[in-house]
Amino acid sequence: MRIGVDVGGTNTDAALMDGDAVVATTKTATTRDVSSGVVSAISAVLAEKGQSPASIDVVMIGTTHFTNAMVERRGLARVAVIRLCLPATRSLPPMIDWPADIAEIIGSDVYLAKGGYEFDGRKINDLDPDELRGIVADIKRKGVPNIAISSVFAPLNAEMEQRAAEIVREVYPEARVTLSYEIGRVGLLERENATIINAALADLAVDVVEAFRNALRELRISAPLYISQNDGTLMSAEMVERYPVLTFASGPTNSMRGAAFLSKAKDAIVVDIGGTTTDVGVLVGGFPRQASSRVEIGGVRTNFRMPDVLSIGVGGGSLISDKDGVKVGPKSVGYRLTEEALVFGGKTLTASDIVVAAGAVEMGDPSLVRDLDPSLVEAARALINQKVNEAIDRVKTSAAKAPVILVGGGAVLVTGDLPAASEVIRPEHSSVANAIGAAIAQVGGEIDKVYDFNALGREAALDIARGEARDRAIEAGADPSTIAIVHVEEIPLAYLPGAVRVNVKAVGDLLATKAQRMKGAAAE
Amino acid sequence: MTRLSENGFDVTADLLEDMARGAAFLGAGGGGDPYLGAMTALHAIQTYGAPHCVPASAIGDDDPVYTAAMMGAPTVMVEKLTGIEEVEAAIAALERVMGKPAKAILPAEIGGLNALVPVAVAAKRGLPLIDADGMGRAFPELQMVTFAVDGVSTSPLAVCNEHGEYHVINARNNKASEDAARRLVIEMGAAVGVSCYPMDGATAKRSAVHGTLSLAYGIGKAISDGRRRGDPFDSLIAYLKSTDYYNKCGIIFSGKVVDLDRRTERGFTLGACKVLSNEGDGSELEVIYQNEYLRARVGDRTLAIVPDLTCILDAETAEPITTEGLRYGQRVKVMGVSCAPVMRSKAALDLFGPRAFGLDEPFRPVEDLIVAA
Repeated sequence: MRIGVDVGGTNTDAALMDGDAVVATTKTATTRDVSSGVVSAISAVLAEKGQSPASIDVVMIGTTHFTNAMVERRGLARVAVIRLCLPATRSLPPMIDWPADIAEIIGSDVYLAKGGYEFDGRKINDLDPDELRGIVADIKRKGVPNIAISSVFAPLNAEMEQRAAEIVREVYPEARVTLSYEIGRVGLLERENATIINAALADLAVDVVEAFRNALRELRISAPLYISQNDGTLMSAEMVERYPVLTFASGPTNSMRGAAFLSKAKDAIVVDIGGTTTDVGVLVGGFPRQASSRVEIGGVRTNFRMPDVLSIGVGGGSLISDKDGVKVGPKSVGYRLTEEALVFGGKTLTASDIVVAAGAVEMGDPSLVRDLDPSLVEAARALINQKVNEAIDRVKTSAAKAPVILVGGGAVLVTGDLPAASEVIRPEHSSVANAIGAAIAQVGGEIDKVYDFNALGREAALDIARGEARDRAIEAGADPSTIAIVHVEEIPLAYLPGAVRVNVKAVGDLLATKAQRMKGAAAE
Repeated sequence: MTRLSENGFDVTADLLEDMARGAAFLGAGGGGDPYLGAMTALHAIQTYGAPHCVPASAIGDDDPVYTAAMMGAPTVMVEKLTGIEEVEAAIAALERVMGKPAKAILPAEIGGLNALVPVAVAAKRGLPLIDADGMGRAFPELQMVTFAVDGVSTSPLAVCNEHGEYHVINARNNKASEDAARRLVIEMGAAVGVSCYPMDGATAKRSAVHGTLSLAYGIGKAISDGRRRGDPFDSLIAYLKSTDYYNKCGIIFSGKVVDLDRRTERGFTLGACKVLSNEGDGSELEVIYQNEYLRARVGDRTLAIVPDLTCILDAETAEPITTEGLRYGQRVKVMGVSCAPVMRSKAALDLFGPRAFGLDEPFRPVEDLIVAA
């Protein structure tokens, strides 16, 4: 059996699953120390069906901890940055576009060194090992053990970054190194920014992973621990210690993957209604559609693959006002819903009160909203519906209607027709879709490179790309017999005849879970 | 609305964000990401101080004037972060060929990335920056400038990469210069500095589109001021109407992007985008583009056509949307904006009118088209 856990800012949810069956679910409050919230959530799902810790084969955790640390400037370490580039890129040194408050924490130990590649694989310059040894010795003297290394066109060729990492190991063995090619894609400033963020999170990552491990130890669960990354696939706990930044945005991804699993829909629109916002995203082939634009995290530009999610200020705790016409949100009482909403004896009129007054849902004490003006209730109810419908319409990929999956604790807010939807699916267990998304996750591999189609031929180039993505998936722990290519994108480059940027993603089942499943089958 | 002095102003760091947004608007969908240009200018201003921007009339007739720009593939530029050193070295190469040191820097293209590159170069060289450019918008090829309309030669032209390797091109005509430069640029790493159309002050006064750097700032400032008040489009249009060249303008369509067709041919990004009207009458606007938006049409009725500007903006924030930034479902407003009169002469239209982009229809001014509609 597997346990999926989602550690959010407000709630820690857990789901116990056996194969494709959801055995038990729970929602508990997130705790400051992370670990005790995870312990109580897992204990709750184990207790519900009287399962023993030994029956658990694998634990998957999704967490927003690292994103929040970045946004709140908490637990970040000083970082030294080495860019392999000279003589290129001198006009724009690393961290040029960072907000001052975070740049101050990270420091200004920035070094440009010879190296880097051209778009067609030629070298801008040879790497100079002596120059690098000097730089690393200087970093060691300053005592900055978290080091970010980037190189021009590293997504095309990682050799120089890898060689630089070897030199760091040789000169400053206790340093922790993050290489840009493992973090991001083409776009040096944004990829480098993400690399620096990762290095800054390195100490925190060790602590958080340790907290998760402690939780499992306390529960006497000896199963392997995996953590969700932003594309909905899993990383081992050891990987997260090295690449915490890859967990950014895993929350919305897990929720959408969970929605796909619960509804059996592969192509649909997922509407996740929480306490403060409604997040609307698109599932294509069972995976979230990725955003094409740059994403800012805590004021720093990155080019992560993030799910393309439209957030609107409508949730269960959204404030309702009727000055100059009825308005919903964007302000919300958030997690204080059960204290402040009218139906819970509070004094604030919220979206939840409206749907209770409209008789659509039972929650709290309905008598407390009996005296609300019926025309206000109807206007607000219709407005909530209309806003959700508009958001669906905005994210659709074509003019045709699409199936809509409603998930999250606030899904009850949708009380009428959604004209943009071909059908509305409200799956069972939808309030813990994100924990289920973590529990069903697979492992994957992705590449994003520029290929010369004129020299290689399109088919041959795509074959190479598919092969590399497969290899990366196997490296990440996928069972080779289950690997499928789930995404191939070709983007021809303006002004460069024949040069095509190719993005390929491969995913497969976790080898560990398959082995355990077979073991289970044999025992039966 | 704060206006920059017509007698000149310092391009300080606090102007850059609005200037970049205005440059993106004038890019009419193309011109490359102004973000890199703004960051380069910011770094240069922090290091060397703010350059002084002056009207062309402040430049002596005999003063040698050099253009400053980056050239290459946008995807490569975001990786190699083409810098002012490359542009500076291209100018230096031309100065040697011409035997005359620069007395002023002139932007070649105000739309997109290249609006802010000259700011950085002028800061580093300590030279005056001329408040003008060669098109008042963005175009995909080197010969598509008012300088060429006026008979100024693209050659000699210098391209330089990060190693300081440079080539000087002397070609038989401007199109040949463009072709030769494009081939060399790929060989040199597809992200280089370029300087071309070396000229004197008198020629710059005669052949440039004037006031376009302060225009870019004014547009960006009008949008950001309007956002704070909740009416970015009113604010933007009021500003444009107060300008000398861009005063014939209006929102020609409001709706949602419902179809995108994008492909790359001959090294250019070609495509079309369809916008479905908000009016509920089912009408659709089609905007076709080649790096920049070329023409906006409803059915067979043209509403704006190159060299006038077709701009697609986010319907709420008025943020300019590039051809690469277009996505299904975006709520947009499409604007038609008049270009400078010098861009509408017969000689100008031969170089960058509809037929230069393979469109089989004559140019008609946006003011006639909008009134007719």
